[in-house]
Amino acid sequence: MTTTEPHARFADLVAAEWIKLWSLRSTAGSLLIAALAVLGLNVGTAYDQNHYWAERTLADQAEFIREGLSLMTAFTSNGAMVLMLALGAFGAMAVTGEYGTGLIRATFAAVPARSSVLAAKVVVVGLVSTVFGAVLAAASFVLTQAVFAEHGAGVSFDRPGALRLVAASALLAPLSALTGMAVGALVRHGAGAVVGSTVLLLLVPIFLSTDRYWTAVAAHAMPYRAWTRLVDVVGTPAPSPYPGTVGGAWTVYPIWVLLAAGVTVAAVRRRDQ
Amino acid sequence: MTALVRCRTGAWIGRVGRVIEVNELTKRYGSTTAVHDLTFTVRPGCVTGFLGPNGAGKSTTLRMILGLHRPTSGSALVEGRPFGDRSRGLRHVGALLDAGDLHGGRSARAHLSALAVSNRIPRGRVAEVLREVGLAEVAGRRISGYSLGMRQRLGIAAALLGDPPVLLFDEPLNGLDPEGVRWVRGLFRRLAAEGRTVFVSSHLMTEMEHTADHLVVVGRGELIAAESLAEFAARSGASVTVRTPDGAALATVLTAHGAVVRTDDGLLSVTGASAARIGELAFEHRLLLHELTPRTASLEQAFMELTADSVEYLAGETR
Repeated sequence: MTTTEPHARFADLVAAEWIKLWSLRSTAGSLLIAALAVLGLNVGTAYDQNHYWAERTLADQAEFIREGLSLMTAFTSNGAMVLMLALGAFGAMAVTGEYGTGLIRATFAAVPARSSVLAAKVVVVGLVSTVFGAVLAAASFVLTQAVFAEHGAGVSFDRPGALRLVAASALLAPLSALTGMAVGALVRHGAGAVVGSTVLLLLVPIFLSTDRYWTAVAAHAMPYRAWTRLVDVVGTPAPSPYPGTVGGAWTVYPIWVLLAAGVTVAAVRRRDQ
Repeated sequence: MTALVRCRTGAWIGRVGRVIEVNELTKRYGSTTAVHDLTFTVRPGCVTGFLGPNGAGKSTTLRMILGLHRPTSGSALVEGRPFGDRSRGLRHVGALLDAGDLHGGRSARAHLSALAVSNRIPRGRVAEVLREVGLAEVAGRRISGYSLGMRQRLGIAAALLGDPPVLLFDEPLNGLDPEGVRWVRGLFRRLAAEGRTVFVSSHLMTEMEHTADHLVVVGRGELIAAESLAEFAARSGASVTVRTPDGAALATVLTAHGAVVRTDDGLLSVTGASAARIGELAFEHRLLLHELTPRTASLEQAFMELTADSVEYLAGETR
């Protein structure tokens, strides 16, 4: 029997969560499918627009190139919605996968410091989804712009707004994953958590009108609206009595992430497991 | 702790004498009381059986000991402090609560590795415990393909990972084949002989009869008995079956001498008097006996009798 015990390190918990995440085949599989779906939607849209290039008037073609309208396909809203749906489910399952199986009891019996376990999970899921989002957004940008290359209509990363578009799309991944985790930690049930995170991320923003002040504030605080504002880099935004600002949209990201992480860590503190 | 620690009863209360201390533990879920005012201690060096019918509150108690459930009142201490206050647990308590507490998508090796890493236990220990429980061959396979018996073995492997002084097992024999049952019994005996505290729950007395030194018996969330197996056996009492044409007369005589008599279909079942004493009394009162048979009550019977009032689910009732 052991008499001396090594000092408890948070890094050990992160390493354990890393093993747990990647020892499930479904992790790599679901991320791969999500990436292919998003890329398919974005590149498909680009392909479609490029396909009918000849049907544009010469003036339209010139405007398309001058304004960099190809940027509008670099990350489509359909792609963003699929990304949010998939990563929300990914985050939710990272938590509810332990509850649904009862594994959480074995986990908390091994590490009674429950909040630390969930904090380590937040770190691992946050890290993995950030890298995933960055690679996906960059790949989507490069591939969609390559589609327009034959007409010289594609743009590069140094185009004004391009990096903002890529960054906002990339960071949508960890934001969605952590939101899914928070919902998962609260409802502790797989299907319920996936539905909950989908409603929160995708349905709620649809119902929030921007015509009244307070619903407009709430709407701009939703990740999907914030993303929409940030990727709106070409042309002028549609007129609205209470338009969102780029700075405001950028603050939505960290606030949402911190809130989600806080809820996840706090949710397990006192409840019976 | 040394190997000199022996499983003893009564006066054995010292610093290491009480490793698990449950004190006036109560747990209510809404209006349901799962555990009521439970007090007992579990000592090192012995296998202590935690017995009770289904729904008696055994699992709830074990979960409170592990800090997974919060007691409504009272306390459960392991090595003098609430287990839930520790930052890492595997080196203090190894526990198997439910063989199903696993994610079927992982391999046994990955499952144990994650647990080991979280407690900074060397990865080599994973292979060791897998060998010990006989799962080394299948360690790379996904757990979803494991039988219940294999899952029990994996749960036992996880409990052994941290080489802990205290081990808790909730119904560990479920799903094991006879060889597995024998192996587990041997393992529990060995762990206790090494001076560890081994606390094993079961709803079957027969499972504990050959394994446990001590018993903590509960029913409907309340303590029924906490004593050594020998004391439990003695308390259950031996009875004597008497066949006689003068049943009523003999019953009167025996009752007058302090025995307890139950009449059952012309047979008398007597407790509180030995066969010899019954024979003497019958002779003195000139009563005819046709049969006089001492019966040692099995522990199973004693357990059934003790818990008869507190069985939560009877056959025929809808659960």
